[in-house]
Amino acid sequence: MAYEMNTWQPGASRQALLRRACLLNRLRGFFAERSVLEVDVPLLGKSSITDVNIDSIAVTIDTAKGYLQTSPEYFMKRLLADGSGDIYYLGKAFRDGEIGTRHNPEFTMLEWYRCNWDDHQLMTEVADLLNILITEEHCSPMAVTKMSYGQCFMDQMGFDPHGADIDQLRSAAVELGSSSWSEESRTNCLDLIFSLQIEPKLPSGIVIIHDYPECQCALSKISKNHKGQPISRRFEVFIDGLEVANGYLELTNIDEQVKRFEDDIQHRIQSGKSLRAIDQKFIDALHSGLPSCAGVAVGLDRVLMRALDITEIDQVLAFSWHRT
Amino acid sequence: MANYSTSEFRSGLKVMLDGDPCSILDNEFVKPGKGQAFNRVKLRNLKTARVLEKTFKSGESLEGADVMDKDMQYLYTDGDFWCFMEPDTYEQHQATEAAVGDALQWLSEQDICIVTLYNGSPLSVTPPNHVELEIVETDPGLRGDTAQGGSKPAKLVTGAVVKVPLFLDHGDVVKVDTRTGEYQGRVK
Repeated sequence: MAYEMNTWQPGASRQALLRRACLLNRLRGFFAERSVLEVDVPLLGKSSITDVNIDSIAVTIDTAKGYLQTSPEYFMKRLLADGSGDIYYLGKAFRDGEIGTRHNPEFTMLEWYRCNWDDHQLMTEVADLLNILITEEHCSPMAVTKMSYGQCFMDQMGFDPHGADIDQLRSAAVELGSSSWSEESRTNCLDLIFSLQIEPKLPSGIVIIHDYPECQCALSKISKNHKGQPISRRFEVFIDGLEVANGYLELTNIDEQVKRFEDDIQHRIQSGKSLRAIDQKFIDALHSGLPSCAGVAVGLDRVLMRALDITEIDQVLAFSWHRT
Repeated sequence: MANYSTSEFRSGLKVMLDGDPCSILDNEFVKPGKGQAFNRVKLRNLKTARVLEKTFKSGESLEGADVMDKDMQYLYTDGDFWCFMEPDTYEQHQATEAAVGDALQWLSEQDICIVTLYNGSPLSVTPPNHVELEIVETDPGLRGDTAQGGSKPAKLVTGAVVKVPLFLDHGDVVKVDTRTGEYQGRVK
């Protein structure tokens, strides 16, 4: 990195600090106006998540093991199951090993849930919020483009990602990445192709990609697209090509949820990662019934990067990990 | 050699890739929100000098390459090999024409160069950043014509051809930046 990290001084300029404060104010105003309740859930919990690609930071509390939360999702869903209605969380989240020009292991996350909404209704609200957060006064709002994941692949790669066989995906990944992708899973090959070939060519402004491949469903519902292919009701939001948000029409089926967690655990074992148990209280909450809802998480530091036209996350944080 | 994992990839680290020694130029961490993390890595193949871009899964590793940069003095050539000497041990190394490469056109005997050794043999030669060389061939100089703007090609004693101001003549010594091949000034 080109700038000096070995100083006591912050990475964020005065302007970046002001903009962050302004953004947080606007955000709270936005949700107050829409009667979405702010909730403050724990950052430190006894359980964590099983996701194979997200590593929580384990800590010791007294003599017991605890985890810094990678997202407020399970606590928020427990509130939803208890009848909280529409809620949002604004605070920190932690992910181990994520350090780079667009990653800091501690970051600011906004997450919210809308009961009885579907993913498309929520996409509209995300775009509205981002435009309010980023657009300067007297400026016209950013353009909003919505397209399906399948369409992006057809446009840029010339093939259908849902129908393509694994050999086709692997050979495309080997060509783009390196020979080490020849044995990779479907989802990893798709992620590589998307990140290297599609993301850099996304239109400017706010771009919402929806209907992700079934294998990348995470915690979203599966349904069928117009071709009858199974897709996950998951969406991601990009601002000028930078990924800033991930949302779902939330999975509420407990059997399906438990099966996905068990699959995750198998994947963690196969890839030699540390084991993470299923959060039993989250499962109990699903048993009691999670209302039909859509939810989304937004990386606010990245939104700030786009608002200020800054390419290094270090320059929107008071003190990034390297400076602490 | 040791293995290095993607999180240890730093600019300047020498690793083996597909059988060739490479130097890492840049390493960018990329992670889709819910996906596998990976590293986009720029490397220079030290044999061909070509810059490659490869993407590895985070946590993958590459074998380190036995590559070392050493300051050495250029002694002489017999036409087939170029001989360099380590000034502290007097150990001599024979570099092939392929290893000397573009450095050839700048080399004068006794220059101190950086010789990159791979498994103990010269792989490439980096000439000094600045060299002072005599002009051996150029159009006649127009003495007194020091107005800016004009330049002409001049052949130097080592074979390189550089653009020099019009007033210079053969026999003049010029300072040249070997990284850009640009004329820096006249040496009086």
